Amino acid sequence: MYSDKVMEHFKNPKNTGEISDADGVGTVGNPVCGDLMTMYIKVKDERITDIKFKTFGCGAAIATSSMTTDMAKGKTLEEAMKITRADVATSLGGLPPVKMHCSNLAADALHAAIKDYYKKQGVPEVKK
Amino acid sequence: MAITKRVNMDYAAGKPVDPRAIEAMLPFMKTSYGNPSSLHIAGQEAKLALDEARSKVAELINAEKAESIIFTSGATESNNLAIKGVANRYKDRGTKIITSSVEHMSVVNPAKYLTTKGFEAVFLPVDKFGSLDLGSLEKELNDKTTLVSIVYANGEIGTIEPIEEISKIVHTKNAFLHVDATVAAGQVPIDVQALGVDLLTVSSNDMYGPKGVGALYVKDGIRIEPLFHGGGQEKGLRSGTENIPGVVAFGKAAEIAKQEMQTNLEKLTKLRDRLIEGLLDPLPYTFLNGHPTIRLPDNISVRYSFIEGESMLLSLEMEGVSVSSGSACASKTLEPSHVLLATGLKHEEAHGSIMFSLGRENSLEDVEYVIGLMPSIINRLRKMSPLTPKELEG
Repeated sequence: MYSDKVMEHFKNPKNTGEISDADGVGTVGNPVCGDLMTMYIKVKDERITDIKFKTFGCGAAIATSSMTTDMAKGKTLEEAMKITRADVATSLGGLPPVKMHCSNLAADALHAAIKDYYKKQGVPEVKK
Repeated sequence: MAITKRVNMDYAAGKPVDPRAIEAMLPFMKTSYGNPSSLHIAGQEAKLALDEARSKVAELINAEKAESIIFTSGATESNNLAIKGVANRYKDRGTKIITSSVEHMSVVNPAKYLTTKGFEAVFLPVDKFGSLDLGSLEKELNDKTTLVSIVYANGEIGTIEPIEEISKIVHTKNAFLHVDATVAAGQVPIDVQALGVDLLTVSSNDMYGPKGVGALYVKDGIRIEPLFHGGGQEKGLRSGTENIPGVVAFGKAAEIAKQEMQTNLEKLTKLRDRLIEGLLDPLPYTFLNGHPTIRLPDNISVRYSFIEGESMLLSLEMEGVSVSSGSACASKTLEPSHVLLATGLKHEEAHGSIMFSLGRENSLEDVEYVIGLMPSIINRLRKMSPLTPKELEG
């Protein structure tokens, strides 16, 4: 049911864990629905220097989390804000249709972490 | 990496057909292909085989006579025939039907369908083990009730319902009791006469017969309405030329199930108990779903806190082990199992459930292999989960 790429990220997810002194933290989802993810970012000069995640969820939830961190690492905050759910799914070689909405939340978690960073920095509105 | 070992622990989803049942059905596809409705020799040969299979299924559940067995296309049809058949036949007497909140969808959905046709359907609660709340049955049962339909044993959590007590309560009123014994018949002894059951659903594949065949026991003297109208086969309750090869194999499977029941029951119970112990003991926050002792010999439903069922299923699949999950994420509906929710589990708890269902081919070696795999799978996923308490992270 899953692509090889999804299974690869599920087996060996990148960037798992927490960053205790994170500059931004974003949590999305709800355990009631079966998916909950938290994304931690370290930022230097408007660039994501480190990123980690923790995810409760199905194979797709874990794989999209891993892929999203992979895609965001080293990117500027502006570039990272442009990563969409669809980009993540495409990079994974597609997701089953039923998983597109429920488990493809990792990009949202990334965006939430960036917004949290801006908030902590006192930046009022996120530039798109 | 190639998988070297394969262990099937998802026999609830599908079982192989017993080679003896395959052997029995073959002549009825090759040479004895007559229609039992024909009066010539080929037809009568088929008729004889049909009657013989009927007797074998009747013997398995101790039906008072072979003619009380109606062959169908499987458990879903049998459940539909029982529920709609009774409800429609007796609607002048009453329009209330009672069932439980832990039924298979082939009971839930006919009951819901009937509510669109002027019937009332009540779904009784269960306790934390999935056992029916008998008090609420007594309360709901009234003179308008024509049918109570309760599962013999639950296919998801294994709990066996107190059918004898239910039967006594139901028969204090003028209602019929239908029992869905799909996953239980052939595994545990069932005696419809001793239990006082009026209608009972039996499935072929669940007892190592072919898929696409089943039966409904209808107690002698009870009249119900058919779903299909046609040539009047199966006493007019199931028109259409009989699936002779399927029915013959089903009959053989029922005969074998009866003969070998004690051996299989003992073997599976031992494997089940070892698996439950081996899964629960080494890991904290691990729980058994369903009743600890009054349960089917082949079902082990376990839930692990802080992680989700499909990710466990995939992890096991990577090690060559097939199981199924109670989680939304492995289903089409995206809702966690209604059975798990009915036992009082929260959504996130239901999501963390997986079900192992054993089969005749499983060995103690298989069980030990799975027990050995689980701690590293669970710990890996828990380490990744934001819900896991800090003290569990090593």
